[in-house]
Amino acid sequence: MKKAPLLVFLILLSVVALVPFIWTVSTALKDDQEVFAFPPRWIPETIQWGNFQKAWTALPFTQWVLNTLVITIACTIGQMLTGSLVAYGFSRFKFKGRDTLFGIVIATMMLPGQVTMIPVFMIWRELRAIDTYWPLILPAFFGGGAFNIFLIRQFFLSIPNELDEAAMIDGASYLRVWWQILLPLSAPVLATVGVLSFIGHWDDFNGPLIYLNSPEKYTVSIGLRMFQDSYGNETNLLMAASLIHILPTIVLFFFAQRYFMRGIQLSGLGGR
Amino acid sequence: MKKHHPGRWGFVFILPWLIGFLLFTAGPMIASLVLSFTRYDLNTIHFIGTKNYERILFDEPLFWKSLQVTVTYAFFSVPLGIAGSLGLALMLNQKVAGERLFRTLFYLPSLVPSVASALLWSWIFNADNGLLNYTLGLFGWGGVEWLADEKYTLGAFVVMSLWGIGGGRMIIFLAGLQGISESYYEAARLDGASAWRQFRNVTLPLLSPVMFFNLILGVIGAFQVFTQAYIMTAGGPNNATLFYALSIFRNAFEYFKLGKASALAWVLFLILLAITGIQFWASRRWVHYEGEAKS
Repeated sequence: MKKAPLLVFLILLSVVALVPFIWTVSTALKDDQEVFAFPPRWIPETIQWGNFQKAWTALPFTQWVLNTLVITIACTIGQMLTGSLVAYGFSRFKFKGRDTLFGIVIATMMLPGQVTMIPVFMIWRELRAIDTYWPLILPAFFGGGAFNIFLIRQFFLSIPNELDEAAMIDGASYLRVWWQILLPLSAPVLATVGVLSFIGHWDDFNGPLIYLNSPEKYTVSIGLRMFQDSYGNETNLLMAASLIHILPTIVLFFFAQRYFMRGIQLSGLGGR
Repeated sequence: MKKHHPGRWGFVFILPWLIGFLLFTAGPMIASLVLSFTRYDLNTIHFIGTKNYERILFDEPLFWKSLQVTVTYAFFSVPLGIAGSLGLALMLNQKVAGERLFRTLFYLPSLVPSVASALLWSWIFNADNGLLNYTLGLFGWGGVEWLADEKYTLGAFVVMSLWGIGGGRMIIFLAGLQGISESYYEAARLDGASAWRQFRNVTLPLLSPVMFFNLILGVIGAFQVFTQAYIMTAGGPNNATLFYALSIFRNAFEYFKLGKASALAWVLFLILLAITGIQFWASRRWVHYEGEAKS
């Protein structure tokens, strides 16, 4: 029975972790008066489902969600595709300078984005791509990010080489081995990279803030910032709008969770 | 049987990364170093030597302020965050009932997008109607202007960062813990080691590479806090949350001092390089890689 106190403590901690969510949902469902009631009521007297509709239509959220989905899905595909391709190159082939180059991949994880931000902005400005989605999407198709390459490579290394070789004896090309042997076996790590990538781009604030100027092109994250400017005092609507931003990541996580946790564990980040 | 395929193809497959690296990382790094020696406002550019750096270091109180803010934040949020994540992972590793459910619940906060998180915490920290002051009020405290009193804002940011201790870092710790072979603990117990000594002499050394990984990335992450400061406090009150990344952003995209912003970015890069270098050097004393003899 030594585990009972631990269990109680864990339940307590979960409550602490969840309270901000519950508070947000509760606020989002209150009317304008009740938001500022003291002491606060957790369950609103009359539940204002209409707040979500009000928040959604006060500013063009439909457009923003679609915009963000386009960018996020494109980036996720780009990172999974090119990330796994690069990981294939690093894990299955021996070529001159490979280990040095992989060292550079790892080192870029520690590079603060601010050092490259300004010249990259200037490049896109030269290309007249400011206020378009190119600066937000295209970089995802160049290797998919250091951490993703690292994760997928670790996973590929755990898949026996004999499988590729058998396929190659049967006449499969390298690209085919990547696509038909390695990728299907890598569901956990691909799901992990996919979820992390989706969440990362859905969340992205800095990129759209720098590159997008027209409100009709906004993503949810900077749209929400605009909402804060215009409706900051209507806390219930602000919380409803925030929940619109939060919900997709949580839904996605629940669908992919089974793979997701395994993906991180199997990728050998467990310290070895 | 040969272990590797002809290398040429490997090089072809890593090309997307290599091109991206040259285009979006290496090239821009050099460009920003060059820019840091200029005055540039998107229209005209003048080479001004080391003036940007001189100004930043000797003539710009806001630089030192933003450095102080960021270092203070990192000093508290990184160790507390790592300890918190490790604590959660240790508890979840005890094979308690509902481990998977807890793991999911603890993970949820890190799924919240940063803008939404900033708005949500602004409301929690609200001085008059916020949840935090209400809760503290139940114990007779409260009435703190969390985001308007410069004594408390940074503390509020640290508290907010701790909401995410159950995220990726905790999962990585947990994976590390689950990778430690039970036989080490059995051997330790045979020698009569207490629970504390098992933790101190088995768990910690074997977990040290993971700890090191989390520490390095944690410090770098703390130096890049931007969104929360931009949304919640706009750097205020009285620059108490003027995080370094916010200061770079303002110089670059609000004041259009792109040369100076580049110099600030390079100073940040050099600071992080130094900190990371020191951590790597110090790691020889405490990070233990398996298969390597250490006394």
